[in-house]
Amino acid sequence: MSTLEWDVPSPPEGRRGAARSAAPRRRVFKPGDRLFRWFTVACGAAVATAMFALAGVLIAGSWEAVSTLRLEPLTTVAWNPSGGEYGALTSLYGTFVTTLIAMAIAVPLALAIALLLVDLAHPKVSRVVGTAIEMLAAVPSIIFGMWGIFVIVPLMQTYVQPWIQQSPLGALPIFGGAPIGLGMLTAGIILALMILPYVTAVSRDVLKMVPTVVKEAGYGMGSTTFEVLRHVSLRYALSGIVGAVFLGLGRALGETMAVTFLIGGNVNTIPQSLFDPGTTIAATLANTFNEATDPLHVSALMELGLILFLITMVFQLIAQMWLKRARRMSGTRA
Amino acid sequence: MIEDGTIAANDPARASSARFPVPAPSPAERRTRRRSVARRRFVNKVVTVGAWTAGAIGIFFMGWIVLTVVRRGIGAINWAFFTELPPGPGDPGGGLANAIVGTIVITFGAALIGIPVGFFAAVYLAEFGRNGRIATAIRTITNVVLGVPSIVAGLFAFAILVRPLSHYSGFAGSVALAFIMLPVMTRTAEDILNLVPNDLRESALAIGAPRWKATMGVIVRSARGGLITGAILAVVRVSGETAPLLFTALSSPYWLEGLFGQSGYFGGPTANLTKTVYDYATSPYQNWQDLAWGGALVIIVTVLGMNILARLIFQRGKEWH
Amino acid sequence: MSKERTRDRVSAGRKVAFVVLVALVVLAMTLAACGDGGAPASGSGGAAKTDDTIVGAGASFPFPLYSKWGQEYNAESGVKLNYQSIGSGGGISAIEQNTVDFGASDAPLDAAELEAEGLVQFPMCVGGIVMVVNLDGVESGALKLDADTLASIYMGTITSWDDAAIKSLNPGLDLPATDITVAHRSDGSGTTWIFTNYLTAAAGDVWTAGADKEIDWPTGVGGKGNEGVAASVQQVKGSIGYVEYAYAKQNSMTWTQLQNADGTFVDPSLESFGQAAAEADWTGTPGFGVVLVDQPGPDTWPITGASFILMRKEQDDATRGKMTLDFFDWAYASGATSAEALDYVPIPDKVSELVRSDAWSQITADGAPVWKP
Repeated sequence: MSTLEWDVPSPPEGRRGAARSAAPRRRVFKPGDRLFRWFTVACGAAVATAMFALAGVLIAGSWEAVSTLRLEPLTTVAWNPSGGEYGALTSLYGTFVTTLIAMAIAVPLALAIALLLVDLAHPKVSRVVGTAIEMLAAVPSIIFGMWGIFVIVPLMQTYVQPWIQQSPLGALPIFGGAPIGLGMLTAGIILALMILPYVTAVSRDVLKMVPTVVKEAGYGMGSTTFEVLRHVSLRYALSGIVGAVFLGLGRALGETMAVTFLIGGNVNTIPQSLFDPGTTIAATLANTFNEATDPLHVSALMELGLILFLITMVFQLIAQMWLKRARRMSGTRA
Repeated sequence: MIEDGTIAANDPARASSARFPVPAPSPAERRTRRRSVARRRFVNKVVTVGAWTAGAIGIFFMGWIVLTVVRRGIGAINWAFFTELPPGPGDPGGGLANAIVGTIVITFGAALIGIPVGFFAAVYLAEFGRNGRIATAIRTITNVVLGVPSIVAGLFAFAILVRPLSHYSGFAGSVALAFIMLPVMTRTAEDILNLVPNDLRESALAIGAPRWKATMGVIVRSARGGLITGAILAVVRVSGETAPLLFTALSSPYWLEGLFGQSGYFGGPTANLTKTVYDYATSPYQNWQDLAWGGALVIIVTVLGMNILARLIFQRGKEWH
Repeated sequence: MSKERTRDRVSAGRKVAFVVLVALVVLAMTLAACGDGGAPASGSGGAAKTDDTIVGAGASFPFPLYSKWGQEYNAESGVKLNYQSIGSGGGISAIEQNTVDFGASDAPLDAAELEAEGLVQFPMCVGGIVMVVNLDGVESGALKLDADTLASIYMGTITSWDDAAIKSLNPGLDLPATDITVAHRSDGSGTTWIFTNYLTAAAGDVWTAGADKEIDWPTGVGGKGNEGVAASVQQVKGSIGYVEYAYAKQNSMTWTQLQNADGTFVDPSLESFGQAAAEADWTGTPGFGVVLVDQPGPDTWPITGASFILMRKEQDDATRGKMTLDFFDWAYASGATSAEALDYVPIPDKVSELVRSDAWSQITADGAPVWKP
């Protein structure tokens, strides 16, 4: 109930305007208040409008491509606009593979760090380490890209990739191809570093929400820290952690600058190996948008943007759903 | 870990309540229990070591990145860096002054749009809408917009500002950045406003204050620290973005001049630090690459510095994510 | 109670004051920087907002040259040139959407396209594209390649530096068994257009991927702009890429010799580029759109190309149109020395005369020609 819907007894002298009878449940609005409320509603609506405007713009912009090309972007491999080919499969493939690599690295790391921060470390240590990890989120994407290409790529090219290829793993086709340092694997690794702080922060918050009483009961029975985590905390925190994973997924899918630097810009073939160059939707947009010559090309790029927007929106909504469930389970206000 | 198992055996004070005596474990049982306890301890040890290693890995990479940028960028930082225009490819000297100014102006423009709107939207969500249907819808939409990739925000600003007006502009860049800033500010501000205890709200209204005065004068004022932190962090985060500026503000080797000319904020491409760093880092010219590292150093010092500063000063600020 | 409230108020006030102070300091620095640093660039220091910037965008091929010219012209006249290197495709797109004063492209538009979009095209310079490699022990000019081998490398059929075909061309060279990493353009590029036209012309039976600004590359890593390819080759050992000569020279990259149409292995240089341009039929081709690849001659460089400027026939603003053409006029008349210093071949006078009389006369604003000779 809004706290405004009180029974306000009229003051003895009717200070504010005409005397009012003490009618029950009457809203006491001053005119300034109405204006204020509408103003804030308008601002709130502005955010919603922004999203609908974005969706509208993307749909309008990609209309020509959608009507002319139909399903071609989803069935053709090569992105070759001057040859009339608008295949988005390379971009989609690269987006998903780099995201997958990033999640495979970041999620276990993030969970381990969250455990450290919540259960294992002294609060002061936890604070310092937690802040350091959160600072990773503050590092702009372009710096990840520069560090990646000037520091990590040579390392990958000179040491890591040849080492992998000489080990038994080298027999697998996904580790074949020339070790050039750039490529899907490197991009995936940097991407993992970029989404680590997000997944860690949400996991930590979720783990913190587990009622202490229950954990202490577990410890009291003689469980180890890990057993409490596994059998007690996770039951409360699982949906939240799933939400965190989807959050990280959403970010990884849309990451542009670092990936553009590191992925190698191959829009024509599906890479056979993780060491091969590829592209993602965001990287294709960043690389080619400014020079789209004819309207169909621009429209096709808008369509890529629309696809990216829809994918990230879906993942964001799924994440919200799981996080809400986690909050409900641990009893805080949903 | 109670190895022997029986309360009666271990705790004389409670022995009397041990009405159901548990038989003492046989030596074989004790061995198994010890082994399984050992195994559990071992697993726990492994996980603990793993967790500490994970934390160390995170800090290690963080430190590596910062140190790399500092090491490579510090050489480019001198007085000229902050005052001169960019040099030609391969020419000595010069700086990124126009880019720094451009970023400040573009970010400021974005803040002018994003911060107030985001703040008042948060006021609506925290004070008026609460758990109502409209508010929940707006909250969901805000979260979605939060997850929109920054390059798509750039596409949006391109479609509504660059294409119809047929020119790039710093203003279009600000609009793209504002699009990103808006949900961040809304979320942060709402979280902070929610931390204000209800008692404060109720007392303000109880003394007869009009709603707007109660909200602005009392609730917002008490949450002021966190709100300022949130605003600073939102602005600072957005200042490090590159992708939204790729097709909106583009870049320029000259000073920002005025508002409407070809070098103006509304009129033409505007130099900015992030795009310039991107262009120079991907160029083959050594002097430009050095400048790019210098620019990267400025960016990372500003963003990380403001983050740490804001947290230290306004300790009540909500952790940003 | 009141003491704590006062304390809170005071400390909150102090915090706000601190933030305001920081903001003021930043603002002050900004204004100081504006004041000091503006001197060399803005010729009209202190004057009101002058709309004196020419905005151009397009090919990265001539970017080093236009950069240099822009600086010199600014020193002389105070007019600024803001040239964004976004690829030939970008330049064509930008001028068609009228977001710039001129677009630059290395792939010339044909008469039909020029007519349809209402554009005027004229050449600004001629340059050469060279192959750069990153191989230990191989110096500039040491490696020799011919069209068929090059085409095979880019088709992906030759994958290692110690392949027999490369060895047979370079008997004296100790080639390592490194994998070849092919670098190409990821953006729509006139440089690609020239390069692929060369491969089609000189090795048509090996090269089957076509000739255009953007093609379906059979193999390789993409780089953005000439800058991106050059940077890519610099970073990856065993790579080969194609870049405009000025990029290779400015960055001391390792270029190779190529076999020309006459069968001779030549070095890239102003002279060998000039040879290719010497016999071109500038006047006969509509829009001056000559293709200079694989030209005959003993010293001709096989991958040469001209770079073009595109402007709208109908200008929105006569002053801006004139300002732009004044710059190009200056470039034709006084830009030759700088061009040659960067190893670009300037456009011969008889051609630039023709450009002024035939092409520039078509550029009008409100019906009247913008530029008068």
